Amino acid sequence: MVQHRHFDEELADLKTKLARMACLAEDQIDKALTALVTRDAALACEVIERDHKVNAMDVEIDESCIELLALHQPAARDLRLVTTAMKLSTELERISDLAESICERAIELNEEPQLKPYIDIPRMGSLARVMVKESIDAFVKEDAQLARKVIVDDDFVDDLMEQLFRELLSFMMENHHTISRAIRLSFIAKSLERVADHATNIAELVVYLVEGKIIRHTSPAAQS
Amino acid sequence: MLDQQYEVLPRVPPSAPPTSLQKVKSMESRDSKASPQPSMHANPKLRVQGFNFFYGPVQALFKIDLEIPEHQVTAFIGPSGCGKSTLLRCINRLNDLIEGARHEGNILLDDVDIFNPLIDITNLRKRVGMVFQKSNPFPKSIHENVAYGPRLQGLKNRTVLEEIVEQSLRGAGLWEEVKDRLHKSALGLSGGQQQRLCIARALAVKPDVLLMDEPCSALDPIATGVIEELLFSLKKELTVVIVTHNMQQAARVSDQTAFMYLGQLVEFGRTKQLFTNPTKKQTEDYITGRFG
Repeated sequence: MVQHRHFDEELADLKTKLARMACLAEDQIDKALTALVTRDAALACEVIERDHKVNAMDVEIDESCIELLALHQPAARDLRLVTTAMKLSTELERISDLAESICERAIELNEEPQLKPYIDIPRMGSLARVMVKESIDAFVKEDAQLARKVIVDDDFVDDLMEQLFRELLSFMMENHHTISRAIRLSFIAKSLERVADHATNIAELVVYLVEGKIIRHTSPAAQS
Repeated sequence: MLDQQYEVLPRVPPSAPPTSLQKVKSMESRDSKASPQPSMHANPKLRVQGFNFFYGPVQALFKIDLEIPEHQVTAFIGPSGCGKSTLLRCINRLNDLIEGARHEGNILLDDVDIFNPLIDITNLRKRVGMVFQKSNPFPKSIHENVAYGPRLQGLKNRTVLEEIVEQSLRGAGLWEEVKDRLHKSALGLSGGQQQRLCIARALAVKPDVLLMDEPCSALDPIATGVIEELLFSLKKELTVVIVTHNMQQAARVSDQTAFMYLGQLVEFGRTKQLFTNPTKKQTEDYITGRFG
């Protein structure tokens, strides 16, 4: 007979908190990209200002997890959920930090004319954002298959990053006046590539949560 | 000049301080020496093979197969009535005393079937000691409680007896607390001390295997902690099988855990594995408190 557990409500609560934090982190990336493309310094400042909210949620989730571990001594899947939640909130907090960093670069870029029309950066950004969204969906639904898709998608972002880097390099070689802008843009691209990496980390945590299998730092063959 | 004025420290040949990687490596090599990885099937002390057990018409155990490794702690967990105590009591044939009880299959101790008619049951129970849920010291002195077993086996030499009593009480972590009142009644000891006295009494006949049936269920957390610590030292000398209702206790003290349900062995594996990623849903539901 399956019993009702008060603990289940607390775990559901933890998941809700994480989903809320994930929405916020995803929105930070979204707004950072808009601020960059529309050259909207006010929006960039708003994103920077909002980072502390994500930080506060990270602390709150950490505290909840420590309490759950201390008071309920969870085992098996419950244990994996709580430990995964702790790591996951750190990943989300870093995603928001990267959004903040993108906005700082965007504000600096606004002081000079736009180097080039932004095509690849928004593409990279939306890919990375979708990866964050899907990794969190995979967590909420405990869907290891979706998590594995996210891990594969990381390669597309890496390829775009490589392509963009080469393009920016040619700008810099042709005209040294573009160097500061091109470097800032490559920082932004690197940040987006890191966002995708954090989404991949989340996806790997989801596979551990669902299957109990640690696939971090393993070859792609061992991950399936 | 300085050497003449002060006593200088011996000179150490100059060498580069160890790098972080070297430090980590030296720690790793120390760790690996300190705790060798227990191997699940290294030297099974006990083998339970296709074991069925019946209380009259009622079947209590169904086709149990498991191997209990030597010098490790194996825990049996499961809800009340799942057969864990029955299985434990079969290991030293304590169930023989129950009318109408019968079994099918084998239990091998060091590859010898304990149900073989040629087996001397007294000798079997000497090799396989038991500690029960409720401490049951004899209404005699502490010394007499421990000396009782060896004396019953015909040991008369006083010096040897004294040695066994001290060794057994030390083994049970009780010696320091009782050495000045060995000839006082055992019934004057606290609950936790009485339980450790029962462990000492079991150790006095130098068993190979110690069976423990809920040994801490009547004890407070401090006394429980003492017994749990004791298990870590006891397993160096013998093989321990413990039945417990307390899952956290099983997780803390055991190397292997067997989860039983309705007389069947549902899952048996390394404790670390079973408590983080069990393979069977029933085990998962039980250890996470969803049923039971």
